[in-house]
Amino acid sequence: MKPILTAEKAVEDIKDGATLMVAGFMGCGNAFTLIDALINKGSKALNLITSDTAYPEVGVGRLICQNRAATLTASHIGTNPVSGQKMNSGELKVTLVPQGTFAERIRAKGAGLGGVLTPTGIGTAVEEGKQKLNLNGKDYLLELPMGADFAFIKAEVADKYGNAFLPGATKNMAVVMAMAADHVILEAEKIVEPGELDPEKVTIPGIFVSAIVKSTLPAANLQLKP
Amino acid sequence: MDPKELKRVRLVKRIAQEFPDGALVNLGIGMPTMVANYIPEGRTILLQSENGFTGLGQAAQKGKEDPRVVNAGGQPVTIVPGGAFFDSAMSFAIIRGGHVDYTVLGGLEVDMEGNLANYMIPGKMVPGMGGAMDLVAGARNVIVAMEHTSKNGAPKILKKCSLPLTAKGEVDLIVTDMAFIRVTKKGLVLEEIAEDTTVEEVVKATEAPLHIAGKLGKF
Repeated sequence: MKPILTAEKAVEDIKDGATLMVAGFMGCGNAFTLIDALINKGSKALNLITSDTAYPEVGVGRLICQNRAATLTASHIGTNPVSGQKMNSGELKVTLVPQGTFAERIRAKGAGLGGVLTPTGIGTAVEEGKQKLNLNGKDYLLELPMGADFAFIKAEVADKYGNAFLPGATKNMAVVMAMAADHVILEAEKIVEPGELDPEKVTIPGIFVSAIVKSTLPAANLQLKP
Repeated sequence: MDPKELKRVRLVKRIAQEFPDGALVNLGIGMPTMVANYIPEGRTILLQSENGFTGLGQAAQKGKEDPRVVNAGGQPVTIVPGGAFFDSAMSFAIIRGGHVDYTVLGGLEVDMEGNLANYMIPGKMVPGMGGAMDLVAGARNVIVAMEHTSKNGAPKILKKCSLPLTAKGEVDLIVTDMAFIRVTKKGLVLEEIAEDTTVEEVVKATEAPLHIAGKLGKF
């Protein structure tokens, strides 16, 4: 069984300067309760790894707007203009990664691989500073694994072993991030007894999860584009 | 409909004819999204939403939005019967593994070698590439849908792209309000022109040299 904590307690060990993965896509699948707790705690200088920065003041976008991140690794920041502003002013160091490469680098970390070879980015700015390999007549970039100290994952249902069901399009980066972070904090709308979540419906196995937090903020409304 | 919109509709209608029945297609944001509305009768295509499903349907009706089902732009949408949800690693394995038959994307610049620039303008627009680099490198057929020239009339089909590339040598077709152009090993081939233009006008509006197909079509 995994500890079931309050959001405040669960984020207590996240020190300023920690590397944090936040699953979600344009806010869909962001752990709103955990993000809120981190903001209330006053966390800053985080190294944030997230697919995109959603919208201003929505989900993970709040960490950007409220100056909680020192660096950002993402694939898209266009829907949150504040990210671009902070990047241009030098307040936020941004590394942009193709979305498939982003997912595979995280997966590589979680799966114990030494890296990923991909043709994505060949002939573009993405290849700068990276090792290139020609295999069977085709060029590939060597992309290195990416891990984190913490990951925030959002589920609809979790059992007390941390097995989690993530519906619809909320799975996105959560599955790979759950494998790649040292401490995975799972926010769930509903926490059930072992056996109540059908093993066939498990999106993320509980073995990756460090602690479970019950959602206190609604997922709906908040994550739709303002 | 205003004349500009009519031209866009003509363009996306032409692209919609390219897909065989059952094709898996990924459409970019903006004009490419319109292609889905003009699939010829009797054919069905399956749309992928790269944030995690196949079977992307129409935008969700007001009041019926499901926050768990959004498209790659974050808008609430629907999933059609026969759709499937998955995570990002699966979604991009579908894209990078060559399982997407067609992708349609917008373009800032395309050149005669099939290079595409569509994700940033240094110093002005730096939103990040999102899934565009993966799509252009991984999809079996890459179609660029765009206006033939920029707002001030400058060619967008160039000898060599000047903006940072999204991918090198991956574009197969360029469809604009004026022309249907195939990228081949010997260069760009003008296969069709829009019904309200001439070959001369197309050539004039294109910086890259064009080979004119023997049997020139109209659309």
